[in-house]
Amino acid sequence: MSMAAVAHDVSEAAPTNKIDLRREFNEVGIGEVLDQLDRELIGLKPVKTRIREIASLLLIERIRKRMNLTSDVPTLHMSFTGNPGTGKTTVALRIASILHKLGFVRRGQVVSVTRDELVGQYIGHTAPKTKEILKKAMGGVLFIDEAYYLHRPDNERDYGQEAIEILLQVMESQREDLVVILAGYGDRMDKFFASNPGFRSRIAHHIDFPDYTDDELLAIAERMLRDINYKFSPDAREAFIRYIGLRKVQPLFSNARSIRNALDRIRLRQANRLVADLDSVLTADDIISLEASDVFASRVFLKASSGA
Amino acid sequence: MRITQGCFSFLPDLTDEQISRQVQYCLEKGWAVNIEFTDDPHPRNNFWEMWGLPMFDLRDAAGVLMELTECRKVYGDRYIRLSAFDSSHGWESVRLSFIVNRPKDEPGFRLDRHEVAGRNIRYTTMPYAADRPEGRRYGGS
Repeated sequence: MSMAAVAHDVSEAAPTNKIDLRREFNEVGIGEVLDQLDRELIGLKPVKTRIREIASLLLIERIRKRMNLTSDVPTLHMSFTGNPGTGKTTVALRIASILHKLGFVRRGQVVSVTRDELVGQYIGHTAPKTKEILKKAMGGVLFIDEAYYLHRPDNERDYGQEAIEILLQVMESQREDLVVILAGYGDRMDKFFASNPGFRSRIAHHIDFPDYTDDELLAIAERMLRDINYKFSPDAREAFIRYIGLRKVQPLFSNARSIRNALDRIRLRQANRLVADLDSVLTADDIISLEASDVFASRVFLKASSGA
Repeated sequence: MRITQGCFSFLPDLTDEQISRQVQYCLEKGWAVNIEFTDDPHPRNNFWEMWGLPMFDLRDAAGVLMELTECRKVYGDRYIRLSAFDSSHGWESVRLSFIVNRPKDEPGFRLDRHEVAGRNIRYTTMPYAADRPEGRRYGGS
């Protein structure tokens, strides 16, 4: 969305009331949040574009409200679809703080739940449980991870349906009180929406999270390491590039999460290597750098070589 | 006779927005808010019925208002009050309590004088509404 074009419309609608868009933008402080999003989250181009669009819309909506141009509260419920480890939960947390800065949610807390917290175990258990979660999420964001588990098509007496009905009702009637974000893997979410058309139509923003490329995964790994004060030696970096290439084609690859787990194991091996030689004197550099041998010890390489 | 109990009792009835602001104040203090209702508004009746459990860990008043709306739908012809509980000193104790709903028609209380030995008199107050059985006291079904 072109922000300049929208600003033009507003100034035409109320010519007497000039708005300095830049000042407005700075005042709210979302520029900072958006920049932070760009800086801290690697890749995810379509996601960032969409968030930028939503933020622009909300900014304009805020100005319109001040100028008494009545309009509905925009529907902010979202669904995040994407493969495992593509950053859905991380982005949900950021969204909450953006919405809070713009004043569209009053408190900005994120309540993250799965089926277990919403659906009860016996008749009459579900409604109070779901309502309790909804009450806690009021004024903030309710993040439902793996939302498709709410719907069990094989069991029509499943209590999940009850939770879905309560959710739909509150999503519709208390739009200004809370924002619901559903997240899950793409194909299963599609099936979920197909069997619950009410959800699809109440959600305005469907955002698809793409898989990361090899370069992005490497950048993510290096950022994770920097955050915990580790680094790759040049050889280890080369080794890790090869690791990513091999790991990606193996089953059960879950993007950034696999990378994090791999790093955890590499740290384990590094520690083991250092402890193996108790008589050596360590420098700070020894402790923070991960060597190629730590990476190559992974069973990913083992499988690759035995398979070849 | 308009019954006055708890906080704000000498003010006109609070609007929903005022209620919501009061609840928000409680939540920001970290108090848990509870909804109770009764049709026996005798001042010495400490035991009002609870509408669900006290609401812990809420951040925004909208959650309490949602329950209050539900409660009014079912018990709109009775007294409903909100109480806020503070647990910061190790046990829950009421910090704030106010009436948020009252029947349309409040007949008030009758004062009985009971003459006992030696020209002494004992007094009893009885809500007129309490003559009828519970649930039918304020024009309910």
